Amino acid sequence: MHPIAEKIQSRFPEGYVGANEWRGDLTVTVKREALHEVCSYIRKDPDLDYDYMVHVSSVDWPDDEERFEVVYEVYSIRKRHRIRIKTRVPEHDCLVDSMTDLWMGADFMEREVFDMMGIRFNRHPDLRRILMPDDYTEGYPLRKDFPVQGKGWRDTFDFLNDPT
Amino acid sequence: MGLIQIGKPSKDGELGVMTLSLEKVVNWARKGSLWPMTFGLACCAIEMIAAVSSRYDIDRYGAGVFRASPRQSDLMIVAGTVCRRMAPVIRKIYDQMPEPKYVISMGSCATSGNIYDSYSVVQGVDRFVPVDIYVPGCPPTPEALFDGILKLQDRIMQKRVFTTQPEQVKV
Repeated sequence: MHPIAEKIQSRFPEGYVGANEWRGDLTVTVKREALHEVCSYIRKDPDLDYDYMVHVSSVDWPDDEERFEVVYEVYSIRKRHRIRIKTRVPEHDCLVDSMTDLWMGADFMEREVFDMMGIRFNRHPDLRRILMPDDYTEGYPLRKDFPVQGKGWRDTFDFLNDPT
Repeated sequence: MGLIQIGKPSKDGELGVMTLSLEKVVNWARKGSLWPMTFGLACCAIEMIAAVSSRYDIDRYGAGVFRASPRQSDLMIVAGTVCRRMAPVIRKIYDQMPEPKYVISMGSCATSGNIYDSYSVVQGVDRFVPVDIYVPGCPPTPEALFDGILKLQDRIMQKRVFTTQPEQVKV
């Protein structure tokens, strides 16, 4: 097993779920409750020193009980290594701790995940839609049960009848 | 229909005379100085930029003065994928352009949405602004854009300026 995954496992035996290494990319899956602690550890530990939030994304697995997966990619500019942290949330309670207190760069990317997939982030400073308009009501477009053509928003041009 | 005489210097320096209708002169002036509005939305804009550059030189057709303001332009080249969130902006800019104004829909995306049959992409810019010329291609080459501009110029020449427009304009 990868030494960094071992480190995380020994430190968080409760929250650790599994690790996977494929073509040099390390992925560690953790429980949602331990996500913030694990991230805080890898951010602040001088040997790991993951100081750069590369990307936040999410995956919809419609058949799974814990339907949504939030994926954080982080990189260490000084140590030149990267890690992928995954966590799963169920549909009825899709709430994850925000990483904005550790990496400010997670702000917009978490907003995108919220906008597209409907996963909310705890303690996020400004959790609003970022790509779709604020008054968009059709739901979360990247969920697998969302129709590809949408629900009619793209074909309604209400501004044409606006007298101003 | 008014007639106008234009002084045209002949080889020996004396002024020759050309007689043609005022409507033709107005249309000729309009077609020869199309000021396009830069509306690059996606990769088609790169071909539009290439059309402006010295290799292709859109200025040969008098359509080279690209303006960043709708109030100074009379041709809007919608180049690229039109997202629904962009639609009100395009309409507002179209409304701000002074008459007479023309719209070229450049590329498959602006014309029909292309492969992007998705929740956010408008299936053709002609759903909310009137389009004069459609240029097909993904993206169209600068030559294709020029063909569209030449077609538009042919069309401008057939416009009636002082009399009412017949119902169908033959291109």
